[in-house]
Amino acid sequence: MKTALVDIEGIKKYYDVRQGILARERAPIKAVDGVSLRINTGETLGLVGESGCGKSTLARLIMRLDVPTEGSILFDGEDIFKLSGKGLKAYRKKVQIIFQDPYASLNPRRTAGSTIAEPLLINGINDPKERAVEVARIMDVVGLTMEQKDRYPHEFSGGQRQRIGIARAIILKPQLIVADEPVSSLDVSIQAQILNLLKDLQKEFNLTYIFISHDLSVVRHVSNRIAVMHFGKIVELADNQELYGHPLHPYTIELLSSVPAPDPGRKTRRLRQEGEFTGTGNVSGKCPFYLRCPVKLEICDTDEPELKDHGGGHFAACHREGDGQPSIN
Amino acid sequence: MGTLLEIKNLSTHFNTEYGVIKAVDRVDLSIDEGDTLGVVGESGCGKTVLALSIMHLIPSPPGKIVSGSVFFNGVDLLKLDSGEMRGIRGKDISMVFQEPMTSLNPVLRIGDQITEIIRLHMGLGRKDAIERAMEMLSLVGMPSPETTVRDYPHQLSGGMRQRVMIAMAICCGPRLILADEPTTALDVTIQAQILELIGRLKKDTGASVMLITHDLGVIAEAAEHVAVFYTGQIVECAPVESLFSRPLHPYTVGLMESIPKIRTDRALEEYLKVIPGIVPSLHDLPQGCTFQDRCPHTMQICREEEPRLWEHLPAHKVHCWLYERK
Repeated sequence: MKTALVDIEGIKKYYDVRQGILARERAPIKAVDGVSLRINTGETLGLVGESGCGKSTLARLIMRLDVPTEGSILFDGEDIFKLSGKGLKAYRKKVQIIFQDPYASLNPRRTAGSTIAEPLLINGINDPKERAVEVARIMDVVGLTMEQKDRYPHEFSGGQRQRIGIARAIILKPQLIVADEPVSSLDVSIQAQILNLLKDLQKEFNLTYIFISHDLSVVRHVSNRIAVMHFGKIVELADNQELYGHPLHPYTIELLSSVPAPDPGRKTRRLRQEGEFTGTGNVSGKCPFYLRCPVKLEICDTDEPELKDHGGGHFAACHREGDGQPSIN
Repeated sequence: MGTLLEIKNLSTHFNTEYGVIKAVDRVDLSIDEGDTLGVVGESGCGKTVLALSIMHLIPSPPGKIVSGSVFFNGVDLLKLDSGEMRGIRGKDISMVFQEPMTSLNPVLRIGDQITEIIRLHMGLGRKDAIERAMEMLSLVGMPSPETTVRDYPHQLSGGMRQRVMIAMAICCGPRLILADEPTTALDVTIQAQILELIGRLKKDTGASVMLITHDLGVIAEAAEHVAVFYTGQIVECAPVESLFSRPLHPYTVGLMESIPKIRTDRALEEYLKVIPGIVPSLHDLPQGCTFQDRCPHTMQICREEEPRLWEHLPAHKVHCWLYERK
């Protein structure tokens, strides 16, 4: 089942930001800067990175909520940016999103049932009975009860609201689900319930997930492959075990070592890094991680590394060939 | 080392249209000098209300501290009037809030916000206060304090704002810092820097820290003692090693099992263990133990009578019938 469902090719999204007096100077923000990625049917691709690294912009492009500055995305072999009319509507049916904040992403004046049923209505299922049957079925699948159908979002807890969001996303039997930080705003005990539910749904409906999160532990738990984003680019891409076991890019290593482990015996294993990223300043011509990299070479200042295959599907954008990397674990 | 803060039988209630909410319910806690106490629990469990109660910052009405005492350095803070409390707040006890964007004043320069506290509590003049503010900013790792004092909050990144908040908290040499989710809004790499900063400042100044968080990883990293909160009560209280090596309360055990681990040999197909159900609503708590409906070990007595906070292991207390000697 290793057919690519989504094939992203050199996609870029620049936003124009005008600065200076009378906004005359133009300095584009390179939110997504040349990402190529293939997502296979039935897999979960984890997308991690810190705030502002472009992961949500990439999700918006895949959802076709935004058009790219350059590049293309093929879904099942079809360029989604050439779709319009019926073709586009069919695409929207196949690709759904689960949002981060279950408080903000549900209409407070609609009942749970009507929120879940709306995609059906839009897609021409006009018979109310048919809709009701389908809503009941899907509510059962996500662990909601029928009597909750007529309640409003404020009557639900955060976890239940996220279940409504999930029900709305899967009711049209999509092929691809983009989950944008689906558990970030939930408490830990509820987070586990939702992660397990997503896993069940994937098995049951053969879903493909793009799972976006800043939480490396959550991503490790759900993903088959993981892409690490930094400054609008993918800096490392590998299988789950490979990425966490043998990270190659210094940025990935820094990320991994920054996660506090729930184990008091494990203190001070962190690789100390100072400074932080501000804006997406002009770093063209050098490695974007140059300023913070603890193991930089001379070449990193003059030459931007490409995403290279280091064997076994492990890609990293670093001039070092896997030597001299600090290790964790 | 002496005890710096001792909370006894503290209860803070809120009167709402649905009835009385016991946000903090008969809490006993103490923090030693130079110690970090981690307070962990899920949203709505009373962690923040606890910190606000210590600081006399409970909006009243609807809130009210109905019982208990908070001894700080031997003085019961709850008996102080608002003037005396103002002298302590920001000076001897200071607070770092979760969201640095909303807790800094957007229309005042960073320098003005820090010097306000310094001038109030330390009686310094304008110039000296600015000096002190810059000193504090460089202490928390701001790269160029001279320019930062003239910046407005929106000109700084989230991590930098949190450093400013910490600079404000430490500028008058507090004995106790209440840090309420200080790293929750930050990225992991920045979180690591801020936790390191808090640890370093604690060592340098000898201050105690109460670190409120929902993240057990942060607790393991930064705390020496831990209190686990559930529905306004402490359900378990222990030294950090003891809590993580031998969690006793079923809620603590459930929490630890339900977090995905970053270092694991577990296969991808495995499911996370979950705590079934949801946190009961605070205005409709069951009789007896409040964890009874989610607990895998519920007994008859759990539904009838509330357990006591029982010292089961040395310095390791648990609020559960499983461990109470009959």
